[in-house]
Amino acid sequence: MKRLRNVAALDALRASLEAESRERVEVRVCCGTGCRAAGADEVRQAFVDEIERRGLDATVTTSGCQGLCQRGPLVAVEAKGLFHLGVDPSDVGPIVDLTLDRGQPIDRLLHHTPDGAVVRWRDDLPFYQKQERVILRNCGRIEPTDIRDAIRAGAYAGLAKALDAMSPEDVIAEIAASGLRGRGGAGFPTGRKWEGCRAQPHGPKYVICNGDEGDPGAFMDRSVLEGDPHSVIEGMILAAYAIGDVADGFIYVRAEYPLAVANLTTAIAQAEELGLLGKNILGSGLDFRIAIKKGAGAFVCGESTALMYSIEGSRGMPRQTPPRSVEKGLWARPTVLNNVKTFALVPVILSRGADWFATIGTEGSKGTQVFALTGKIRNTGLVEVPMGITIHELVYEIGGGILDDVPCKAVQIGGPSGGCVPKALFDTPIDFDSLQDVGAMMGSGGLVVMDESDCMVAIARYFLAFTQQESCGKCTPCRVGTYRMLEIMDRIVEGKGEPADLDRLQELGEWIQETALCALGRSAPNPILTTIRHFRDEYEAHVVDKRCPAGVCYSPGRYRIVEAECLLCGLCQDVCEEDAVRESREHYRIDPDLCVGCGKCKAVCPAEAIVLETEELREAREEVTV
Amino acid sequence: MIDLSLDEVRTRVAPILARHEGKDGVLISLLQDVQEEFGFLEEQAMEAVADDLMLPVSHLYGVASFYAQFYFEPRGKHVVKVCTGTACHIRGAPAIQARLEERLGIRPGETTGDLLFTLETVNCLGCCALAPVVSIDDRVLNRREQRKLGAWIDSERAAETASDERSP
Repeated sequence: MKRLRNVAALDALRASLEAESRERVEVRVCCGTGCRAAGADEVRQAFVDEIERRGLDATVTTSGCQGLCQRGPLVAVEAKGLFHLGVDPSDVGPIVDLTLDRGQPIDRLLHHTPDGAVVRWRDDLPFYQKQERVILRNCGRIEPTDIRDAIRAGAYAGLAKALDAMSPEDVIAEIAASGLRGRGGAGFPTGRKWEGCRAQPHGPKYVICNGDEGDPGAFMDRSVLEGDPHSVIEGMILAAYAIGDVADGFIYVRAEYPLAVANLTTAIAQAEELGLLGKNILGSGLDFRIAIKKGAGAFVCGESTALMYSIEGSRGMPRQTPPRSVEKGLWARPTVLNNVKTFALVPVILSRGADWFATIGTEGSKGTQVFALTGKIRNTGLVEVPMGITIHELVYEIGGGILDDVPCKAVQIGGPSGGCVPKALFDTPIDFDSLQDVGAMMGSGGLVVMDESDCMVAIARYFLAFTQQESCGKCTPCRVGTYRMLEIMDRIVEGKGEPADLDRLQELGEWIQETALCALGRSAPNPILTTIRHFRDEYEAHVVDKRCPAGVCYSPGRYRIVEAECLLCGLCQDVCEEDAVRESREHYRIDPDLCVGCGKCKAVCPAEAIVLETEELREAREEVTV
Repeated sequence: MIDLSLDEVRTRVAPILARHEGKDGVLISLLQDVQEEFGFLEEQAMEAVADDLMLPVSHLYGVASFYAQFYFEPRGKHVVKVCTGTACHIRGAPAIQARLEERLGIRPGETTGDLLFTLETVNCLGCCALAPVVSIDDRVLNRREQRKLGAWIDSERAAETASDERSP
């Protein structure tokens, strides 16, 4: 590829790419991590082999994640407008025969709606219809390892426009006018952050992309980095242009994301080759390079100051702010750090205009947000929706409702820093401020749906156990406070809690919120505090009645004797201090009202005939076999 | 575990040091490369790096021990990771973890005595839609492979025993 000397050369390249014959039939196999795990690599290879064997005029390309991971591997034949789901290598022959040759779909691989209609194309799927894909605009539509495909789809058009006709101040004004708020969770206005950094008199300055997506249950940043790396690179170049005097850029990527690192490395090399990175970008005089920094496995490095220490090669522990990063960031130089999704939005705001962006979303939260829908929901995967959509719409209309039609209980939004929203509040619009009002937060955008069989106390304990384990240990409120909270939670889920524990949790939680050093510590009590607020009855059942309504925790009354296994030896009856094992003519039975769940009977049973009911139920439901 | 000679360690560390020479903030990347070379942070290699950077070796251990993905012990030939992210957690990851612990006879973070398997838990592999997931050597298994995990463990063990018997 030839180096592009100026904006006109980029426009010319795009025009020639668009004009390139698009008549050739293209088979696009989704090779996001989800589809790969479902066998997309084999499917892709089968297409390559089959097409070559028959000497057809068709190409096989791959794409990043399209969001509908659960139905993968996904195969789109764009020229024919057909979208096949759940494709197996054995389906490749028929697809080449019927679809490529004659444009006929394979009926059983298309989506069938509950009322029997057949959906032929991606955009017509109910899963995509309510979505508005801005951040994910190119994910699943371009080959992430081919910059030409990205340019054809409009990449670097925002950069061209800015370099051609806008001053750095204009760029910042445009971003500010769009109302863009950082997508990392806290929602700080991006324009203001950039302006603050630009105002710093002394360079060199740095631009950092935070791709350390550590929240369990969130994988949208990974999808953008894997599926559309150029959108992030372009956003960073624009930031460098707007801020001025920028020495270098860094993308900090989680070590668990090898494909994202590989695709980014390719993308950066291709952008350098075209002169979109490096010295004198598009003849504008702007110099900017981007290096990838791989994380080494520390959740706290998602916090901006900790992340900068990690890039410097130190222990990634947060420091007190102020001074803010825009004043003293990486190597104590002025630094702008934004999330992957924020950078991915910047180019499209510039190319389509702040006014357009500001029409999407709500008054205080403009644009769209990506959510990772997981848990007990039919359509798990990545979705992007305008801010202000209600939780109900997200769960029932896009997510397709609850698995097995069990009643839904709550959603957990924002990962370990977020909170639980009960079903009664599902009309809450999803935006930065409304979520805060109900005690949750946007956070990473992970959205876990829970049904009546999930115990909110156990879920809250799970999140707290996570943040406690990941606490860096620098400040006492987080290091000791979360540890103490976890001890109390452990007691409660073991059935040893007492009513005063709830007050202790609340008091301790509020102290931590006020006194911890960094945002991660301050938000660590959120899962506990929101569940106490919205599900106090469940906590009370645990600490007062010593039972778990969902039957998940240490739950008395759920021990059961399996009659078929029972030898009628009576040892369980002998060992039970509560006299809960009842004897009748033919069998023994545990009286749930008397049982305190100590498990002594189970331990003594020579035939392993006594089971904890929950284990059995869960196994039957999950079909987990190893 | 085979003891490496100091010379051999230094020879293997030298190109890694050369690659990062003269750059700022390279300690973590350097340690990552050392780990890739040796499979873990070998003690003599750490000393070689510390010498070169003119840092106390305690500083290196201070940094390395902060991060979950640095190891100070040799790891198994195969690394089995159970995702315990939220989605996997509520869809049955604890049951999978318990079964793997039983089958391999080790707890997360441990390596089997024959250096064949290391068991780990990971916070999120980003495949929540397929939950619960397990990966082997950084490749996420599909449902079919996951069901055959037990058989795979047995066959790897059998292959290892067979090759042990063949070698003198």
